[in-house]
Amino acid sequence: MNKNNLIIYIGILIFGLAAPYVFPAFKVQLSILCILIVLAITWNIQGGEMGYNTFGNILFYGLGMYLCASVQVGMFFPLAEWTESGGEKTFVHTPAQFFQGMAAGLVVAAIVPTIVAGLIGYAILGLRGHYFAICTLGLGVAAGEISGGIEIIGAGQGFTTPPFPNVGSLEARGEFFYFLSFLVLVLTFIAVKAIYTTRFKLILNAIRDNEDKAEAMGIETMKYKIIGWMISAFFCGLAGGIMGGLVGYIDSTDVAFDGREMGVFMVLMAILGGKGTLWGPVIGATVFHIFKEGFWTFFLGWQYVALGVLIVVIVIYFPEGIMGWLREKYPERFGEVVDEADRKAQVEIK
Amino acid sequence: MDFLVFQYPMITVQACLDGILLGVLFALIAYGMALQWGVMNIINIAQGDLVILGGYIAYFMYLYGIHPAWGVIVAPVIMYFVGIAIYKLVINKVVDRDLFISILATFGISILFMQLMNFAFGADVVLANSGYGTTMLFDSNVVLPNSKIFSAFISILFAVCLVIYMKKSKLGRAIRATAQNARAAKILGVDTEKVYAATFGINAALCGVAGALISITFTIHPYMGLPYTIRSFMIVIVAGLGNLPGVAMSGMGLGVFEEFADYILGTEFRIGSVFLLLVLILVYRRFKLSRKREYLK
Repeated sequence: MNKNNLIIYIGILIFGLAAPYVFPAFKVQLSILCILIVLAITWNIQGGEMGYNTFGNILFYGLGMYLCASVQVGMFFPLAEWTESGGEKTFVHTPAQFFQGMAAGLVVAAIVPTIVAGLIGYAILGLRGHYFAICTLGLGVAAGEISGGIEIIGAGQGFTTPPFPNVGSLEARGEFFYFLSFLVLVLTFIAVKAIYTTRFKLILNAIRDNEDKAEAMGIETMKYKIIGWMISAFFCGLAGGIMGGLVGYIDSTDVAFDGREMGVFMVLMAILGGKGTLWGPVIGATVFHIFKEGFWTFFLGWQYVALGVLIVVIVIYFPEGIMGWLREKYPERFGEVVDEADRKAQVEIK
Repeated sequence: MDFLVFQYPMITVQACLDGILLGVLFALIAYGMALQWGVMNIINIAQGDLVILGGYIAYFMYLYGIHPAWGVIVAPVIMYFVGIAIYKLVINKVVDRDLFISILATFGISILFMQLMNFAFGADVVLANSGYGTTMLFDSNVVLPNSKIFSAFISILFAVCLVIYMKKSKLGRAIRATAQNARAAKILGVDTEKVYAATFGINAALCGVAGALISITFTIHPYMGLPYTIRSFMIVIVAGLGNLPGVAMSGMGLGVFEEFADYILGTEFRIGSVFLLLVLILVYRRFKLSRKREYLK
């Protein structure tokens, strides 16, 4: 079993590394897929394992996006003049400046959202159930509205991130962003997989199943909830930073704090794949992205209508997701012991 | 940004009156939300989109030459059936399930409605002109559009009628019984399925009235729904379920808050301040409740 797993992981890794050369036309799509998987995995830490259904992880994503771009510009040029000049490129990053700025920006984009999550965590994570869901929804929208009013990061007209420098090859931009996002995806997956083997995951599950009882058993639930949120914020910030560079343009409500699109996508992908599993969000995000890119063109202009219908259908008819369905069908594969007589009885009942 | 509010006291009066008249409308929407929350235990994210849809009904009557004020009667009738349809298609499948499922499902409905309205009516900000003129108060220092006064009056009228209906009629009693204990109501012969459908329909009808009034007094736009949902949610949690005077008071309070936020922070932060206020209220509530829990220890 272990050997099989290793082969699977190595296979995926090789596929991931070879993908931009095998499908050179889809590099941007593959990078976005990596980002989407990261977002789905991190949402799953809250929504799936901890039982705290958040709409607010978009806050860290957008924060990371703005921070990364601001640092990248602000390290070398005056930020206010950059945003004021808008599309006209008065300042040009040299390749060295671009990569240094990106590295520093990503560090900031990861750390600051983590700190923010830690600071607001104590206040927000004390809310339960639907109050938490609505509060985080409000948080995401408020962040979008407020950042849309701040002049230095472009206000309503948006913020152009530094364009990729000319380093010889035309393909370099796509490859750079693909490998960056793939690296973040691998890091996220390894980190989350490692976390899920420890006691920490059991504590999160205890919080999901019955928080008061978990507290009565002597677990400091608040501490673990905040740590869980900080882990999510860390990777969401990184993903946002990369996405900002990839898209090349940041708008407060349409790209960064896009609760209507990205904020819902991450919830939907995790639920589609099956929440509360390690592989669920990965599968869900892949299926969702392929569906989205494959069929969106047929619904041209009607994407959001399709999205609305998709949400309703998935939530009502498919709340257990793909992994939940597989688990029901092949329980042995998931290490569940099934009593033959019990199963026969169930079939007879049906 | 030089705080006109403090330099000219008349602006304060203007903001307060505007806010109160606006708040009455919010309270009407919040009443619908409290109703369905109390009866069906559902938080309807699409509430605001129902409001906007009601507004477009009045706007279309205006386009076809009928006075938009008649929308106050037409919109609720249409919206009642829209509400029943939504209930039959989606809501009755999520009533007994996890609350988050209902939030997400109504979020999907909200996106759907938003986009359908965008296709059907275009993405322009529109307004149905009622031609009611304005009222000047205090030596023309305070200007109140008559349409705002009209809308506040109609909202109060509808709210009062609904309260009386809930108290006196058979359906009203059935709704209240279901809110108290759905299972017991079922045992005593109340068809809860019908009650749920009617509740959702009444809620949608209330949204229709509010929307028609909003299209007369303010502006409507397909994407403006979510703030109305958040406002009504906020009013309900501040007032508590089933506390009608509280809903009215906190609705007006929110209206006044918004007007002042508009004057002091600037219009671009108006919606942002509403959402921030929601977060602050929820956090305040959380600390208050946690103190209560500590007493129990």
